[in-house]
Amino acid sequence: MRDVAVIGIGMTKFGELWERSYRDLFVEAAKGAMKDAGVDNLDSMYIGCMSGGLFVGQEHIGSLMADYLGVAPIPATRVESACASGGTAIRSAWIEVASGLSDVVLAGGVEKMTDVDGGMATYALATAADAEYEGFHGATFPGLYAMLAHAHMDKYGTTSEMMAHVAVKNHANGSLNPNAQFPAKITVDGVLNSTMVADPLHILDCSPVTDGAAAAILAPVDLAKSMGLPIIKILGVGMATDTLALHARKEITHLGAVATATKRALDLAGVSINDIDFCEVHDCFTIAEIAVLEAMGVYEPGKAGPASMAGETARDGKFPVNPSGGLKSKGHPVGATGVAQIVELVKQLRGTAENGRQLAKANRALAQNMGGSGGSSVVSILEAM
Amino acid sequence: MAQTLTGRVWREQPQRYRMIANKDTETGEIYFPPRLVAPGNLDATFEEVQLSGSGKVVTFTIIRVAPTPYADLAPYALAVVETEDGVRLTCQLTDLDVDDVKIGMPVQFEFRKLYDDNEASVIYYGYKAVQV
Repeated sequence: MRDVAVIGIGMTKFGELWERSYRDLFVEAAKGAMKDAGVDNLDSMYIGCMSGGLFVGQEHIGSLMADYLGVAPIPATRVESACASGGTAIRSAWIEVASGLSDVVLAGGVEKMTDVDGGMATYALATAADAEYEGFHGATFPGLYAMLAHAHMDKYGTTSEMMAHVAVKNHANGSLNPNAQFPAKITVDGVLNSTMVADPLHILDCSPVTDGAAAAILAPVDLAKSMGLPIIKILGVGMATDTLALHARKEITHLGAVATATKRALDLAGVSINDIDFCEVHDCFTIAEIAVLEAMGVYEPGKAGPASMAGETARDGKFPVNPSGGLKSKGHPVGATGVAQIVELVKQLRGTAENGRQLAKANRALAQNMGGSGGSSVVSILEAM
Repeated sequence: MAQTLTGRVWREQPQRYRMIANKDTETGEIYFPPRLVAPGNLDATFEEVQLSGSGKVVTFTIIRVAPTPYADLAPYALAVVETEDGVRLTCQLTDLDVDDVKIGMPVQFEFRKLYDDNEASVIYYGYKAVQV
């Protein structure tokens, strides 16, 4: 396999972008990434998108986006793994470049979620769960993570206050991100007194419904060197699956796909989790960030909540988590999220994160993207060379 | 929105009306819904079994922001229930005060109406659990 680098990144602002269409969002992010890399041609393209069909009534995304980006007739493939679609696009592009089949490949992600009402958005997102055995019975995504949260509280003594600290920290980080949907700083009391969505999760424990797109250009390290570009190398990418239904897991608080994907990525990279300087993780709900950090082996089960409350995961803590603001503050356009995580990693590793959110130590980083209630996960490890 | 064709409803009736599962004849593992293969064993053979009618709450939530079909029912309790045969499933808890739900609470299953799809004139039935 050839060594692969990320040579260009681009993303739109995240938010309720009523003035911009599905295709325009993608093209804006993809054009930004191509300009950043200094390329005007692509060999191939992968687009992460959870549900163009349910959110905007559009499938056949590969053709649409290749057409409007002006790169047809290149091969363009839409990939889907619910909220891990973006990470899956990164993995697909990485495989294609590493294999030697293509040199310059775009991995993008896009979701346009605000063209439908709240009920339809809830329904569309719920299709990432088991439609016949979870969704049919009235499960929502906040509901599934709320059940994980209750089990975690019961088993480990995790509290609502610990979870609130995750939200407060991510909004503090997001307040420094010009692309964030909700950059406002919030307080622990503010989270605990916000409307309950699915007990024990409040509205401020939940990531929002968002429009947005992100893109990254992947190329062989040797080509990037010859182009004189800063080298951000992909050390490894791991993907894993688990039962689709939350109830089918032997241990509800353990995200097995996250653990396996992390191990695969670390093994390929030849490093341990202790060698990682910071990470972007899939905080679709506050409890998710806690459970993910435990599944990845950053903390022992039950220890991530107290660590979050103690400030260990803040930008100036010993293991910064979600310096971008995470899904919570930056926003969560589901198909784009996994690629937007890579955008933040590259900014930090280049030392170019905006508004003073640049981390002091940023040489090697990890991005963890997750589908559904943990039915799939993709983990990527990047390093500045 | 959640347009459901009658064929799709009819296919799931053995599970929703009678909680029919299947049991791996070699390992004794019970699967609900029934599976065609066992994890790691394409040649597994199965026998049909009906799940035990009772169990206990493994974890739960109270859905306050509901999907469209259940909008009128909110707030409602949703739980992962483990049956006496060790099978876990997701269902609503009903006929109780949602604030009384606890992890470990014993429940039994009942046949109930879930919701109706006025557009397709179909009423969906299935299992819910009540406190013992």
